[in-house]
Amino acid sequence: MGNRCAVIGVGQTRYQTKRRDVSIAGLVREAALRALEDAGLTFKDIDAVVIGKAPDLFEGVMMPEAYLADALGAAGKPMTRVHTAGSVGGSTALVGASLIQGGVHDRVLVVAFEKQSESNATWALSTHLPFNASLVVGAGGYFAPHIREYMRRSGAPDHIGTLVAVKDRQNALKNPYAHLKIPGINRQMVESTPMLWEPIRYLETCPSSDGACAMVLASEDKVTGTPAWVHGTAMRSEPMARADRDTVSPQAGKDCAADVYRQAGITDPRREIDVAEVYVPFSWYEPMWLENLGFAAEGEGWKLTEAGCTAFDGDIPWNASGGVLSSNPIGASGLIRFAEAALQVRGMAGEHQVDGARTALGHAYGGGAQFFAMWIVGAQKP
Amino acid sequence: MPSEPLVAEHALEFPGGYTRTTGPVIGRFLTELRDGRVVGVRTAEGRVLVPPLEYEPETGEPVTGDFVEVGPAGTVMSWAWVDAPRKGHPLDRPFAWALIKLDGADTALVHAVGADGAKAMHPGLRVRPRWKPEADRIGHITDISCFVPEVTAMVAPIRMEYRVRPGRSLARFLEGVRDGVFLGGRCTRCVKVYMPFRTSCPECGSAISEEVELPDTGTVTTFAINNLPDPRAPEVPFVSAYILLDGADVPMIALMGDVPAHEVRQGMRVRAVWAPPEERTMSMANIRWFAPTGEPDVEL
Amino acid sequence: MREVAVIAFAQTQHTDHDEGLTDFELIHPVIQEVKERTGLSRFGFTCSGSCDYLAGAPFSFVSALDSIGAWPPISESHVEMDAAWALYEAWVRLQHGDVDSALVYGFGKSSMGDLREIMTLQLDPYYLAPLGLDQVSFAALQASAYGAGRAELDEIVRRSRADGRNNPHALDLGDPAGEEFEVAPLRPYDVAPITDGAAAIVLAAGDLARELAERPAWITGIAHRIEPHYLGMRDLTRSPSAEAAGRAAGVGKGPVDVAELHAQFSHEELILRQALELPAETVVNPSGGALAANPVMATGLIRIGEAASRILDGGAGRTVAHATSGPCLQHNLVTVLEA
Repeated sequence: MGNRCAVIGVGQTRYQTKRRDVSIAGLVREAALRALEDAGLTFKDIDAVVIGKAPDLFEGVMMPEAYLADALGAAGKPMTRVHTAGSVGGSTALVGASLIQGGVHDRVLVVAFEKQSESNATWALSTHLPFNASLVVGAGGYFAPHIREYMRRSGAPDHIGTLVAVKDRQNALKNPYAHLKIPGINRQMVESTPMLWEPIRYLETCPSSDGACAMVLASEDKVTGTPAWVHGTAMRSEPMARADRDTVSPQAGKDCAADVYRQAGITDPRREIDVAEVYVPFSWYEPMWLENLGFAAEGEGWKLTEAGCTAFDGDIPWNASGGVLSSNPIGASGLIRFAEAALQVRGMAGEHQVDGARTALGHAYGGGAQFFAMWIVGAQKP
Repeated sequence: MPSEPLVAEHALEFPGGYTRTTGPVIGRFLTELRDGRVVGVRTAEGRVLVPPLEYEPETGEPVTGDFVEVGPAGTVMSWAWVDAPRKGHPLDRPFAWALIKLDGADTALVHAVGADGAKAMHPGLRVRPRWKPEADRIGHITDISCFVPEVTAMVAPIRMEYRVRPGRSLARFLEGVRDGVFLGGRCTRCVKVYMPFRTSCPECGSAISEEVELPDTGTVTTFAINNLPDPRAPEVPFVSAYILLDGADVPMIALMGDVPAHEVRQGMRVRAVWAPPEERTMSMANIRWFAPTGEPDVEL
Repeated sequence: MREVAVIAFAQTQHTDHDEGLTDFELIHPVIQEVKERTGLSRFGFTCSGSCDYLAGAPFSFVSALDSIGAWPPISESHVEMDAAWALYEAWVRLQHGDVDSALVYGFGKSSMGDLREIMTLQLDPYYLAPLGLDQVSFAALQASAYGAGRAELDEIVRRSRADGRNNPHALDLGDPAGEEFEVAPLRPYDVAPITDGAAAIVLAAGDLARELAERPAWITGIAHRIEPHYLGMRDLTRSPSAEAAGRAAGVGKGPVDVAELHAQFSHEELILRQALELPAETVVNPSGGALAANPVMATGLIRIGEAASRILDGGAGRTVAHATSGPCLQHNLVTVLEA
């Protein structure tokens, strides 16, 4: 895993449907300047910049690192653009951490953003070439059959997805940056919303947001303030078209978790991890990922959700920030998970701080649940 | 039979229009307006009134003689939307009346805002004057034709055109579909049959050369009921299903038909419904959908 | 830093037209070739470079993953940049010390769309892209600012095309001819040709490199730098980011037998020679360079592959590879390779 690396600054923008008040540069600067302020640094102190986002079709700006170089203080420095589908925010953090772990740099600024309102998410994600032989309608249309299969295999009752939809939105009420804030959110409210892609209801899906998130990462010698130490980093990808691919609990997710736990010395994630920020864009993915990430045995994940274990006051809070279900600037969503995990172990998560959080998981996935990025951060130096 | 009521047109109009004397304060404002500037006047308490009055509205005390340039940009405080403009309105298309607090002013100016629609209006909207051409300005409040939103977004039409070929794998598969056959490819190393046909194995990466003709029957492994319309589906709701063709090791995603959406089941046996041979092309459109065969469901 | 070397390089026979292959069909044989050549079927890390706007659809890298045998699941990442930057990411990953090999690949089919206009989309979306400033036009602005002599440019193109004709992977292009301008001062032949192609490189660290290659091409320096974007705020007569990257990579610390420069326009070679302070005796672009084959998103990686090949085949002792991104050499990556 190389040299020690820590998060010393986190910055986020307010997430909302349309950030009409800012340019693209203004949006990423808002997050970047807050991260620098948190770290007590300026652009001058940064050695390299890594920027991530989902497809360029969202903003119609190709390879935006070129136009954003000076906006992010990167002139005269190395700058890298990462794109690994929905997991990109997580991968961006890992590429940045790698520069420090590899001993190449001491202070790296990582930024991820999406300004979805410049176009339309379904268009940007579902545009495909002619001759395409399959019938997939948006991200929900893609994931709904796999959720159905999970429900069949596990025998989970229908209301589990509703519970997650309520819980994450309740958490969002504590997060000043969260996009969806629905006071009084409850099961009835979720159940009264229409099925979009059955079995997925409207309020069981993530919103479309504009927003950016940034982190300052530092080598051990350059740590200032309250660090979140990186205890493990891992990426895994698997082919989409492979025969017998388990789309409910993909092997790449299991392998990625095993790798990151091994580095962090975790053998029982449910007990040893205090808080998890996991990429749950559709509510049913909470029980599915509980199993995939080893927090519960196969077929048992929904029981943890139902028992309230993943709630803010549960024994293993998942998505105390409100998660992707409450804020989803796609390219940044993974980085937000990683950053929120860091905030928790730094004790700086504010109203949604989980008491005594010492070890946290940040998780992101993308494509057809085939790209995974994860890290474990801790309050203690590894 | 009632007779036509007797009606006549009538107007009260002073020929040529009234001639108003402005006094020093309003005159100064309109003079500045004619020159393309907006000024307010400072009150004794230090507030800036725009448009300027000769007196402090709350107390009636005279204002100072201190004129201050404000704006020209300002912030919409509140507005009313006019869908059908009247003849005398400053604009002949739908627009908003608005209270606009110009930058540097402590009071709001009433004026028209030319916006694309009511949805474009919101409190806090930043606007700037659209001036009449200098030669047409006469020292009149309509020297500003209207206010318009500050530029906060721009339309960036992007259209990239491509010439796309299906690739060797898909072209071969679509030839089969044209002839009413599903072609798969067998990876001899992994002993797996890929559908649609492809030239390399996603698992081991080796080249695939062995073609396999697959039947047009299979089993629904899972599905979604889509309640959002899609141009590729004839109606809403429609079912997009993962169908594992008999003899294949990867499912294909296809439309279900000839069955109500809520009667589709995991494990259901289905068969492709083809377009008539004379309508077939090298396209997936040859398969209209998959329909239940009526065989017993398969245990998954 | 940990010793890391290029131990294998493969590229397609690049074409100036669409061969009817998808991206993943294009990349498959190249991946097979480097696997066979190294005997490796699994790599500690994999990284690729490609571009959605070039492919005409989002997620162009997803189907490529289906063609490289990524099972069991692999540790993998992707840059929406020339694959030379994927190689940089892989080199950094190998510095961690826990993995010893990496697969890097890049691919692009410029034949599908209008490359000149696609490249407009990487410009400032408020002040530049709305002008419709295309790739040849902004390059011509730089050529004009630099003030290159016509005879000098003609000679660069003549030499590149002649070398390209001797390179089985490059296009077969005749000597430059014609008096017309594409965008003055650039003539059509000053512009790299539209090309489809793919390339792959295998990196290995320390003993594994020594074990798998007779004469590994060791990366003794690698660095990249970006500079401000807006053309009117830069000195277009030089490339400060290439200068800085060259210094950081240590180009001047020894003789340079061969330099492979990612010059997509003839005048860029002159700017880059100056930026990297290449001595007159350095052989520049013996492969023909981008002016003889320019499979965008792989071209920069191919420069590294070609520079490494001169060492792998015993022909050179110290070579330099350069890759670029962004308008007018905005972003530059320099690699120094030694026997």
